[in-house]
Amino acid sequence: MSAAKDVTDATFQAEVLENSKPTIVDFWAEWCGPCRQLGPVLDALAAEHAEQVDVVKVNVDDNPAIASQYGITSIPAVYLFANGEVAKTSIGAKPKSALEKEFGDYLSPSA
Amino acid sequence: MSNQSGMFSSAVNLDLGASVQTAPAAVAGASDDDAVHDVVIVGSGPAGYTAAIYTARANLNPVVLAGSVTAGGELMNTTEVENYPGFIDGIMGPDLMGNMQQQAERFGADIRYEDVVSVELEGEVKTVTVEDGTVLRARAVIISTGSEYRKLGLPDEERLSGHGVSWCATCDGFFFKGQNIAVIGGGDSAIEEATFLTKFADKVTLIHRRDEFRASEIMRQRALDDPKIEILWNTKVTGINGENKVESLDLEDTVTGEASELAVTGLFVAIGSDPRVGLVKDQLELTADSTIAVDGRTSTTSLPGVFAAGDVVDPTYRQAITAAASGCVAAVDVEHYLAALDS
Repeated sequence: MSAAKDVTDATFQAEVLENSKPTIVDFWAEWCGPCRQLGPVLDALAAEHAEQVDVVKVNVDDNPAIASQYGITSIPAVYLFANGEVAKTSIGAKPKSALEKEFGDYLSPSA
Repeated sequence: MSNQSGMFSSAVNLDLGASVQTAPAAVAGASDDDAVHDVVIVGSGPAGYTAAIYTARANLNPVVLAGSVTAGGELMNTTEVENYPGFIDGIMGPDLMGNMQQQAERFGADIRYEDVVSVELEGEVKTVTVEDGTVLRARAVIISTGSEYRKLGLPDEERLSGHGVSWCATCDGFFFKGQNIAVIGGGDSAIEEATFLTKFADKVTLIHRRDEFRASEIMRQRALDDPKIEILWNTKVTGINGENKVESLDLEDTVTGEASELAVTGLFVAIGSDPRVGLVKDQLELTADSTIAVDGRTSTTSLPGVFAAGDVVDPTYRQAITAAASGCVAAVDVEHYLAALDS
């Protein structure tokens, strides 16, 4: 799993919805193999685009409310929030280039 | 990367490699060593890792391109593997693959978690390009790219993927606690998924288009005996309904043609897989089953120095153990091929 900061049901509002920066949320769980594979990919993405986006993770086992609120039924699920709303979603473990393509609008320096 | 095929079409242009590689390699560390490797292995399931163990032990210093998110292959998405010999009580799929990886590394295999974007397989020196632009050169290549999940091909499948439609019971079963869900398929993996999902779901409907399972006897019996599993024979799914998430399926009886609707909140698709041949399909001969064609019991493909192993050559058996055995065959074939070149 990624080294990203843990966000919980309690801190989601402040850390994600009220974040002035676009925020990528990695919904994951301990028992999900592909989630483990995706972790390092998101870490690399976070390091490369640190100025444009924040990357955090939500453990769906410990924080069922958030996962259920966003109707998540598959993990890894990577959601990009901007201005308190879901702007982009990506389901499944994907290579960095694929995620960069999907989230491209929010990763370029002008965004 | 557009000039590659021109640059590398001739094996004598070896010293050009370095200057070509620096162009896309603006990212630090992206340019490869100038060495021509003995063998590069594409893929890291049981076939790729077994080939790595054998070629490493033969001092061929294999480089394994394991994939950034697919490393370990299909077994990474499974739970208990009960039929891999040597594990009396079974072993978790991800643990088995972790073991194989470490065993290959113990003998010096260079495992890189990168995705291959293109290959040039003609000529004495083959090139393999990974996503950051690095070009690896090798005298022999083993293709062990496995297979990928087959999709139903229904219009709403993609839209509702991640919202009730899933290909991975171990990843997503958790989200269906106390619900009614369906699994489509009739092979071992479909029954394994259905059985696993009964841990979470109230009821699992197993939908199969024929009147008998392809699955092994022990799995068949497991499904029939499970009180939480209901089996719909001779039934195919013709539609997936739901606004924002799966609400029901349209079904059709394959014998009578009668249509019906089944209310479920989740649909797990386990209808088999197709060989992953996208990288090589224009360069290697394929069989009628779209697997890479190999010569008899060997791993020899239609191009010299190119070998193939695992699910990507196997339309029939597709077990962890057959893939591993096939990786061993490829490694030994590479060893013989290189020895013949050097003699």
